[in-house]
Order: sequence, then C-alpha cells, then structure tokens
Amino acid sequence: MSTKIEIKNVYKIFGENPAKVLPMVQEGATKEEVLEQTGHTVGLDNVSINVQEGETFVCMGLSGSGKSTLIRHINRLIDPTAGEVSVEGTNVMQLDQKSLIEFRRHKMSMVFQRFGLFPHKTVIQNVGYGLEVQGKEKNEIEKVAMEKIDAVGLIGFEHMYPNQLSGGMQQRVGLARALATNTDIMLMDEAFSALDPLIRSDMQKQLIDLQAELKKTIVFITHDLDESLRLGDHIGILNGGRLVQVGTPIEIIMKPADDYVAAFVKDVNRAKVIKAKIIMVSPQKFKGTKNSNTIKVNEDAFLDEFLPKVCLTPATIEVVDKSGNLKGYITDKELSKALTKTHSNGVVKS
Amino acid sequence: MEKYKKYINLIYLAIFVGMVVMAYTTSKYRPESVFVLFTDLSWLGDWPKWLDFPLMPFLNKWFDILIVKYGIMFEGINFFLLGIYGQMKNFLVGLPWPIVMISVILLAYFASGKQMGTTIMVGFCVFFLGFLSPRYWDKCIMTTTIVVIGMLLCLVIGIPIGIAMARNKKVRNALLPILDLMQTIPSFCYLIPGILLFGLGAVPAIVAIFVYAVPPLIRLTDLGIRLVDKEVIEAAEAFGANKKQKLWGVQLPLALPNIMQGINQCTMMSLAMVVIASMIGTRGIGDEVLLGLQQLNVGMATEAGIAIVLLAIIFDRITQSYGERMQERVHHTKEKVKLK
Ligand SMILES: Nc1ncnc2c1ncn2[C@@H]1O[C@H](COP(=O)(O)OP(=O)(O)OP(=O)(O)O)[C@@H](O)[C@H]1O
Ligand SMILES: [Mg+2]
Repeated sequence: MSTKIEIKNVYKIFGENPAKVLPMVQEGATKEEVLEQTGHTVGLDNVSINVQEGETFVCMGLSGSGKSTLIRHINRLIDPTAGEVSVEGTNVMQLDQKSLIEFRRHKMSMVFQRFGLFPHKTVIQNVGYGLEVQGKEKNEIEKVAMEKIDAVGLIGFEHMYPNQLSGGMQQRVGLARALATNTDIMLMDEAFSALDPLIRSDMQKQLIDLQAELKKTIVFITHDLDESLRLGDHIGILNGGRLVQVGTPIEIIMKPADDYVAAFVKDVNRAKVIKAKIIMVSPQKFKGTKNSNTIKVNEDAFLDEFLPKVCLTPATIEVVDKSGNLKGYITDKELSKALTKTHSNGVVKS
Repeated sequence: MEKYKKYINLIYLAIFVGMVVMAYTTSKYRPESVFVLFTDLSWLGDWPKWLDFPLMPFLNKWFDILIVKYGIMFEGINFFLLGIYGQMKNFLVGLPWPIVMISVILLAYFASGKQMGTTIMVGFCVFFLGFLSPRYWDKCIMTTTIVVIGMLLCLVIGIPIGIAMARNKKVRNALLPILDLMQTIPSFCYLIPGILLFGLGAVPAIVAIFVYAVPPLIRLTDLGIRLVDKEVIEAAEAFGANKKQKLWGVQLPLALPNIMQGINQCTMMSLAMVVIASMIGTRGIGDEVLLGLQQLNVGMATEAGIAIVLLAIIFDRITQSYGERMQERVHHTKEKVKLK
C-alpha cells in the first residue's frame, strides 16, 4: 500500500493578513487567543495526515474544528497558509491552472456539506456535471448519470430541480454527482448527514461494498461516531484546528488521547466495535483458571455476537482463527475491562 | 504601495497647494504682488476673484483637442448609430399601425410567460398611445427606437464590464468611483458633450442614454455574479470546470434574475433620459411636452405626459415579467419574487 494523500504541517489562517499571524500560531497560541488578539481565525493548526491508497480516512471533530477546511485543501479549493499537500506524490500547490483543472476532473470528486447543487440544472444534469465539463458525449453522460441516480435510489426524479427535492434527496444527488466521475479519490464532507437512518445505513453499506470492490481512497467527514467506526480504516480527530489523535477505530476507543476524544467516544456501543482478538490474552500469557465450560469464537467476531451466550452460562472463551487454531482466551475480567467506559489514556472511570 | 500610504496626506496637501498656486498665477485678477495680500486684507471679505481654479478653460481646451484628434472616430460612431436609428425608425413607422400593435402584444404575451393580465394591460397601453393623439404614434415609435438602441448598447458593453468587475477586484475598485460619478452628474450635463461630438438629434440622445443608464446594469451584473452561492461555485471548481465553463454554465445563468433587474432599471432610466433629450432637438414624444411648456398649453403637456407614462408601463411590464420568469426558471420556486 502506498500513500495516496499526504498533508504535511498544514496551517490555514483566515483573515486580513495570515502571514503576519502565522508565527504566533506556530509558537503555540490557541485558536481563541489568536482570534482575541488579532481577529484572525485559525482554520488548521499544524495538521499532518497520511491517507493510504484504498482506505477510508474518517475525520471527526466538533463544529468549527476545521474539518471542511481540511478536506478543501486536498483539491485545493483552499490554499494553505503554510505547509504541503501532495496527492500521489504531486504537490498540488505547484500545479498550474491547467493541470489543476485536469487534476480535479480526473483524480477526485467531492460531496459537499451543504450539497452545492446547481439550482438551474435538473437532477440528471447535476449528476452528469462532472462528465459534462470533461466534454463527454451527451449519450454517455446520460447513461452514466442514470446509473448513479439508480444507485442512490432517485429513479423517477431525474427531471426534477434540486429545490423540488427534500434535503436528504438533494444530498443523494450530490452523492451521485460525485460517483459519476468514477475517480480514485472521493472527498465526502458529511455526505450522509441529511439522510434518514434507513437510507443512511443503506448508503453506508453501499459505500463499504464499493470499497471492497473498487478500493477507492475516501476522506470522509462525519459527526456520527458509529458511522466513523463502521466506515473508517483510520480516524482523525480535530479540535480547534489541531489534530488531536489519529488511529484505528479501536485505538481511538481504547486509548483516547485526551479528554476531548474521550468525551467523543464515551457513548459508543463498545460491544459492537471491539473484536475478540483485540482483548484476548494469548495462551502463553494466560494465567487464570479455566472454567469447565468453553465457547469457541472466531477472532474477528464482535463482542456483542457472543456476549449473550457468556451471560447465560459462565464460560471461558477460546478465540480461534479461521482454521480453528487456538489464538487466545477471554475471561470475565477482560470482558468487563473492555466494556467499561474509559477516561483518557485508558484510565477506568470510577 | 505600503511605502506611499504613510505620505498620502502629505501628497494630497502638496497637490492642494499646487492647485491654489496655479489658480493664483494664471488668474487675470490677481493683485500686482503677493505682498499686497498681507497689507490689504479686503480679499478676506468676499471670495476673491483670483482664487478660481481654471477647470473650465482646461476642459474646453481638452475637449477641442478631442474633437480635432478623434473627430473621425466620432463621425464614424455618429454615422453608424444614425444609420441604425434611421433604418429601424423608418421600418417601424412604415408598418401599418395594427401590425406594430399586435407585435408588441405578442411580445408581451411570450415575455410574460403567457400571462393574460399583463398582455391585456400592455395591449391597452399601446392602443392608448395613438388614441390620445394620432400624432403620438410615430413620435412614440421614434422614442422607442432610441431607447431600444441605447439599451442594446448598454447590454453589449455593460454586461461584459459587469462580468469583469465580478471577476477581478482591482477592476471593481477602479470602476466603482467612475460609476458613482456617472450616476451623480446631473443628466443634463451629458447632453452638451453629446451635442458637440455628435450634433443635434438622435445620436447624442443615444449616447447620453448609454452613459446615464449603463451603471445600474453594470452594478447588478457584478452583484448577481458575486451573490451566487459560494458552495455552488466551489462545486463547479471541484469537478474541474474551467473559467469559461464556470461563467457560462453556472455564474451567468444564476445571475440572470439580477441582470434582468438591471435591464429593467436600465430601460426606465433610458426613457427618462430620452424625454430630457428632446431639449436638444431629439425628435420623439418628449418634444410634445416641450411644446406644451413653451405654449403654456396645460392640456397638451399633460396629454404627452400621459403618453410617456404609458410607454413606461409598456417597457416596465415586458422587461419585469420576463425577469420574474427568469427568476422562477433559475430557482424553481412558485413564489413570485418581486424585482423592485
Ligand atoms: N472562508 C472563511 N473565512 C473565514 N473563516 C473561515 C472560513 N471558512 C472557515 N472559517 C473558519 O474556520 C473554522 C473551521 O471551519 P470549518 O468549516 O472547517 O468547520 P467544520 O469543522 O467543517 O465545522 P462543521 O462541522 O460545522 O461543518 C471555523 O472557525 C470558521 O469560522
Ligand atoms: Mg464542515
């Protein structure tokens, strides 16, 4: 696997004279201090992330923490105040106007938080927009657009205008528009936020299937922790423009870097995201006494798949891999530890 | 730039002093020597005659040079506009009046999106133009022709300027004061250079209309483009639209309601101007008002005044209902958004 998107020490400051304020931010002033003293808003503060090819990188954080600002750097809708953004090894800041346009046409597509649909174009024209600017044939545009409209479940609405659709439907038009250009990289800014739970879950599943098949590189912004755990290979958490933690979903849940992250993850249904292999103790290290009852579980099983069984009949859990080899044990002790809400740094809340 | 900012007040002061000195040295009325000013303080009473900035002679000299050097160019413009005006006027005047009337009614019908109310109203107004006085028919056609040509000139030149302003902040900063100036100078003032450059008649009126009516169109084009939702523009950029695709595919269509509003204002101002232009011998419905005024004939002036109002209603209804339809088409809402 190779690095697809690399963001290196990026700073973004909004205001009259960002260059003047930059040193202050680099010396560690917080967003609030900078705003109070200079009237400038810190969008991003020394953010570095690497997104690997074929993975879904989820970005989380409170409102105003800089998520949308970050994602806009990747296709250079925003120029950084300092730092580097490279995609497939090309520094996007060094692209001239023409290459930038080619790059945006063929390398990445984007779903916008507030949809960004063209109010004067019908659904099918909106969905086909990416292909239209590429100068594709009309027939081909319509064929592809109809496919994508079908994929997001909007067949029958293709000749309506965005204002005639509900918020969730508009969001799906935005999604279809991004899918239509079939680019390697997809930037999705709260792409599912306006959908109802059923369609949302359906869209998440479609995205996971799409990933399994096409291995796109996705940067996904969401406010919903369950969604980020379901979709993300890695999760990055932003606070006030700073990246406070990057890690796999399990790392974020089990070892929140600070109170901010801990607060984020405190209400998650841990049994649903923790796998047996994460908390098992390897046979060599296992010292406790074995219960007479044993239950065999697959190492990739989530806790909530076997928890009810253990509650009914106390048993020692043997964790096995696909071919049935013993990988480790789980006892009540590990279970209770895994299911207890944690403070930062894994300290158990009293 | 930064360096100069510190001294800007000093520079202004220097310019001011220079102007005063220049006024003094060029004035015929200045005292024999400066020292008299210190001994004889009577100049502090009334505004002294020598304290008079020589702008008028300067402008006149400048204008003479303009006529001598670029006379050919103005001749050309004159010839061109007069040609178009003559052709169009003769054609319309030559047509039988019912055909003209039906054409205007059809125009109103389609421009308003087949609204019967607007169409009938426009039809009545057209009929009443001739009905008020048979003489008015041809005069209204002349006035309309001048307004239409002035408008076309505004569109062809104003909209591209508006686009340039929306795209480039420097262009906007440079043009805004000029637009302010164009709008605040009393409209009469435009007529005099018009006469000198183009003689009497329709052409100075067309030029005056252009100068007077183009600013709102430029402003509203600029505003309309800049008011387009930022995320919509970002979406176009994110999918790799180039400047041309962005302009023609997204910005202009979405700015169209505002541009239509500009066109509507532009027509109204043109009509106001063309009436004033009758004072420099532009033939049209305006000279009926002038005639009534000269003869102290209240009935005549009022009748012609009513004809002008009717003409204004016709122009307004057609452009405005078309604008409303654009608004609907762009935003696809049933609710009517009033343009004014
Ligand atoms: N164009 C801009 N001009 C000035 N400040 C801006 C601009 N865009 C964003 N900001 C500021 O940057 C910060 C981050 O904004 P951003 O839109 O990235 O937040 P976000 O994390 O996407 O929030 P949300 O979850 O509400 O979408 C905010 O404080 C915002 O005020
Ligand atoms: Mg956002």
